[in-house]
Amino acid sequence: MTQVLVLAEHDGKTVRKATLNTVAAAQKVGGDIHVLVAGHDCAAAAKAAAQIAGVAKVLHADAPHLKDELAENVAAVVVAIAKQFSHILAPATSHGKNVLPRAAALLDCQQISEIIAVESPDTFVRPIYAGNALATVKSADPIKVITVRTTAFDAVAASGGAAAVESVAAPADSGLSSFVGREVAKSERPELTSARAVVSGGRGMGSGDNFKILEPLADGLKAAMGASRAAVDAGFVPNDWQVGQTGKIVAPELYVAVGISGAIQHLAGMKDSRVIVAINKDEEAPIFQVADYGIVGDLFKIVPTLVEELKK
Amino acid sequence: MKVMVAVKRVVDFNVKVRVKGDGTGVETANVKMSMNPFDEIALEEAVRLKEAGVATEILAVSCGPVACQETLRTALAIGADRAILVQTDVELQPLAVAKLLKSVISKEQPKLVVMGKQAIDDDSNQTGQMLAALLGWSQATFASKVKIAGEGAEVTREVDGGLETLSVKLPAVVTTDLRLNEPRYVTLPNIMKAKKKPLETLTPDALGVDVTPRLAILKVVEPPKRKAGVKVADAKALVDKLRNEAKVI
Repeated sequence: MTQVLVLAEHDGKTVRKATLNTVAAAQKVGGDIHVLVAGHDCAAAAKAAAQIAGVAKVLHADAPHLKDELAENVAAVVVAIAKQFSHILAPATSHGKNVLPRAAALLDCQQISEIIAVESPDTFVRPIYAGNALATVKSADPIKVITVRTTAFDAVAASGGAAAVESVAAPADSGLSSFVGREVAKSERPELTSARAVVSGGRGMGSGDNFKILEPLADGLKAAMGASRAAVDAGFVPNDWQVGQTGKIVAPELYVAVGISGAIQHLAGMKDSRVIVAINKDEEAPIFQVADYGIVGDLFKIVPTLVEELKK
Repeated sequence: MKVMVAVKRVVDFNVKVRVKGDGTGVETANVKMSMNPFDEIALEEAVRLKEAGVATEILAVSCGPVACQETLRTALAIGADRAILVQTDVELQPLAVAKLLKSVISKEQPKLVVMGKQAIDDDSNQTGQMLAALLGWSQATFASKVKIAGEGAEVTREVDGGLETLSVKLPAVVTTDLRLNEPRYVTLPNIMKAKKKPLETLTPDALGVDVTPRLAILKVVEPPKRKAGVKVADAKALVDKLRNEAKVI
């Protein structure tokens, strides 16, 4: 029988959007969908998960040692309840990627990473070589353990469901690791991977200070800000802005690439955006080969006029 | 403290990969192969730990065909003391590699295993986590900073939205992210020295590990190509297109 478990991504109070995309992937698999909310003092998040459209049941594991969602302890919860499921899905976020392979190995299952399509309950499509090839793979394992590239599945509605919430026991603390601290980049802007629009700068920005000229543009478009690896490596902006094979994979409605040449590694992270705009002084730049609209010219002149035009 | 580094031989990151005409995979014949860049970072970190007097011996391990010897010689040139190749022509998937590494670890007893967070060919991002699971060890993935202190390690990790720091008990598996360090270049004298360092060969059979693939690859295709769009003259024309043609603002 097909019964799918989705590992929720949450902050204790609400479920993150990545969970909604993962439930959408679970719907493509079919069968009953259960959502696991593991954490501490996360009853509100479990309640929010119960509202998600299409969810049959929420499993709520609450314990002090699940507070920081350490891989060892969360994987143990997944393994403890795994046997009743035919599929276990998690979003391919840093959390899902950290936890799920650990659970997969304990279940002696070969995980299928970052699927972008469900062909059938045992066959999936996933990108390899940074998205330069797509592999269709078929799993023979009794439980299909899968991470989901969230941008490939349209989120289900966060409300409309009325699933029952059931408590599940958490196995004892592994005692293997402990949480020390977290540095969260504070920003008023939308989060990069879930933003409707993204404005990214590349090496052509010249300096970290120059990224300031992109701020009014991002404000005008209500966009998140990103960067190419070249800009990150040059120290212009922090690493968590990085869009690309080695950074974040984004697929917003609108992606604006400013001073980005379009290396393969960057394209891998943004080429599934609906509309791509490129602003670059080099008309031969590979970014123009994927851009729907391009402007060749000096970004320091074009960006401010673009900001003015948007206000009109 | 003995440190083990797992390295994978992959298509060089500068090569534009081509999907084979028959859809069975990507072209790897006559293509430049290199050490997975994330594994290079792992090795560099191990060498720095040795230079700092924390690590006493560095063992590099690779699993795959005989050509992985080249990758291991590079590892020896970067600073590993000895190497083990688990030789097989079977296409290895992450769970199988984790089992092979576990088996090597039971003989070698390292205190720390460092490896790349993912290989740039299959992009799985699994082997380190799986290895930690099979060993019952702690794990610290996507590391951007590693500090060894007594019987533990403090590891800063790159996570969505920022950084997270964990304290893990040793032995542990650490997987590396890009910003952990910048690997050194291999020098000619070190390449010469590497030729004399010991490289042992084992097999999955000898280690008692079944490496049969669990996932069947049905086909490999090129992704749909995005068509190039149009160039517009200025910001005004762009805003007009975005509003009236793409209807995205």
